[in-house]
Amino acid sequence: MTVIGRLRRASFWPMLRKEFIEMRRDRFTLAMLIGIPAIQLVLFGYAVQTDVRNVPTVVLDESRTSQSRRLVDMMANTRNFRVVGHAANREEVREAIERGDAAAAIIIPPEFVSDLKRGRGAQAQVIVDAADPLSSQAAISAATLAGVRSGAELSPRPVPTAAPAVEVRVRPWYNPEGRNSPYIVPGIIGILLTMTMVSITGAAIVRERERGTLEQLVVTPIGKTSLMLGKTIPFAVVGYLQVTVILMLGKLLFDVPMRGSLVLLYVLIAPFIIASLGMGLFISAVTKTQIQAMQLSFFFIMPNILLSGFIFPRSAMPEPAQWVGAALPLTYFLTVMRSVLLKGVEFADVWREALVLTGFAVLLVGLSVRKFSKTVE
Amino acid sequence: MTMPPQSSVVVPAVTTSRLRKTFGSLVAVESLDLEIERGEVFGLLGPNGSGKTTTIRMLTGLMPPTSGEATVVGYDVRRESEAIRRNIGYMSQKFGLYSDLTVAENIRFYAGVYGLMGAEREGRMAELMEELGLAEREDQLAGTLSGGWKQRLALACATAHRPAMLFLDEPTAGVDPAARRRFWEIIYLLASKGTTILVTTHYMDEAERCQRLAFLSRGHLIGVGTGQQILEQFKMPSIEDVFIELQRRDEGAAA
Ligand SMILES: Nc1ncnc2c1ncn2[C@@H]1O[C@H](COP(=O)(O)OP(=O)(O)OP(=O)(O)O)[C@@H](O)[C@H]1O
Ligand SMILES: [Mg+2]
Repeated sequence: MTVIGRLRRASFWPMLRKEFIEMRRDRFTLAMLIGIPAIQLVLFGYAVQTDVRNVPTVVLDESRTSQSRRLVDMMANTRNFRVVGHAANREEVREAIERGDAAAAIIIPPEFVSDLKRGRGAQAQVIVDAADPLSSQAAISAATLAGVRSGAELSPRPVPTAAPAVEVRVRPWYNPEGRNSPYIVPGIIGILLTMTMVSITGAAIVRERERGTLEQLVVTPIGKTSLMLGKTIPFAVVGYLQVTVILMLGKLLFDVPMRGSLVLLYVLIAPFIIASLGMGLFISAVTKTQIQAMQLSFFFIMPNILLSGFIFPRSAMPEPAQWVGAALPLTYFLTVMRSVLLKGVEFADVWREALVLTGFAVLLVGLSVRKFSKTVE
Repeated sequence: MTMPPQSSVVVPAVTTSRLRKTFGSLVAVESLDLEIERGEVFGLLGPNGSGKTTTIRMLTGLMPPTSGEATVVGYDVRRESEAIRRNIGYMSQKFGLYSDLTVAENIRFYAGVYGLMGAEREGRMAELMEELGLAEREDQLAGTLSGGWKQRLALACATAHRPAMLFLDEPTAGVDPAARRRFWEIIYLLASKGTTILVTTHYMDEAERCQRLAFLSRGHLIGVGTGQQILEQFKMPSIEDVFIELQRRDEGAAA
């Protein structure tokens, strides 16, 4: 038989077709799979839009000119900043933020006006308490925007260059990695894919075991690989749909930059999805009931949330936690996603992570195909 | 592909030798020696928990035996289970088809899994629908079928590839008398075409329809032969009496 002939005859096609029919009939689950990422992101979006208003702000105006006061007004007018006090020096700024009286500071240096007049690009500084990633992100974008606007207004003559007349330098404090909402979108994609691919796939085969359909299926000559491919490919499709939904909403709600190539991004998602499906298959091969499968996937998902760098930076973790993190596909996936999506890096910069992810994929899928047995026990 | 290895010599459909299965300390099947001829309708009887399903599962390659040997249509159950799977059909005791799929979709799926494609598959599907009278229910979801229809659908799926041997584990449990009679007509039709059939049942009228019977009790084979031979062996007036006597012995042993 030729390769094409073999491929056409593979028992994987009927399996795939059956899975898609079942998925289509189970509207509720399908709606959940696509709807949950949307809901999560919209909720997240609301949280951002309410939190960012009125960030308590302390002002240190060392310029004391009408121009500097105008800049502060413009920033306050965005309603992202609410001026709660004035500081006499940097020390007072620090105290205000540390006491929690303010979560941001606007600092305008003495040379602001002279720089403005010379068209050298006057600098103002905004300090945000970045420990609160949501409000800090909003403060950052608001400050940058106000800077550009005020530049046009305050500058004595049109600035021909791309450099803005007023540049607002934002300095996040306390959270040097600068976690903010664009930063969290790749994380949400990763966590969501992990949850869907691992727990739903894990439950999918076990459900057949519980219902007794697996016993009827494994007495047929269907190959193990066909069975597993047919079972998982529909979920890979769902995974790509989820990614697309999150990316689109992320763009709409948070203006996630998307600096890198989307093609590269979608290609690099594949090994992660396959690795996660492999994990799901493994879980289904070692459990007997859906409850067990759910518990086991939960057990796997927890360290993914905590130790992959999704919420807490890995660099700040104790060493053993870092080791555990290094054994999780999500850790590498987050690096890939953040690099490609937010920093716009090329494949050459993430090939190591891509390789590790491919390794995980091969290992986990291979292991579960080995582990899966066409018997009932 | 569907031919047994030694096609010139007619090998028995099933042979077992000291076949044994234990679950921990529980012995489900003990030292079973059995031979089923080609084309036979063979009944496996015994009270609940006597080891009928376990025997079938070992023969179909679903459970590795703890010890002993067995061949099905000439293939070894341990080493050649894939070859066995290509040549047998199986109806599990519990309905095992997809309730979210329609009658036609279930049959198409199984026909596909058995390697039928395109026009060949559609032709075979039409044939099965016709033989089993399923055409009128073609688009009904399997989960909403009543018992008798479910059994017929399961039989259609199990025979999509025209297997040499069929294993039917309580195929008519919970099915009304008319549907049971219809089901047995189909079984005889298959047998007349040369299909070997191993069937388990708790209905005595069905037991009497089998050419030979085997009685299992607590995992032990305690009698094999035609209905008449069994009656003589146990000196009982009917198969049902044999059955009840066995159950009493079982309970006596358990107490
Ligand atoms: N997977 C298993 N694990 C543990 N014990 C099992 C398993 N399967 C069957 N048994 C036990 O083996 C014995 C034989 O069971 P089996 O299902 O073969 O009986 P049966 O004759 O088919 O009964 P029934 O008429 O109720 O279908 C029973 O005691 C049963 O509890
Ligand atoms: Mg049984």
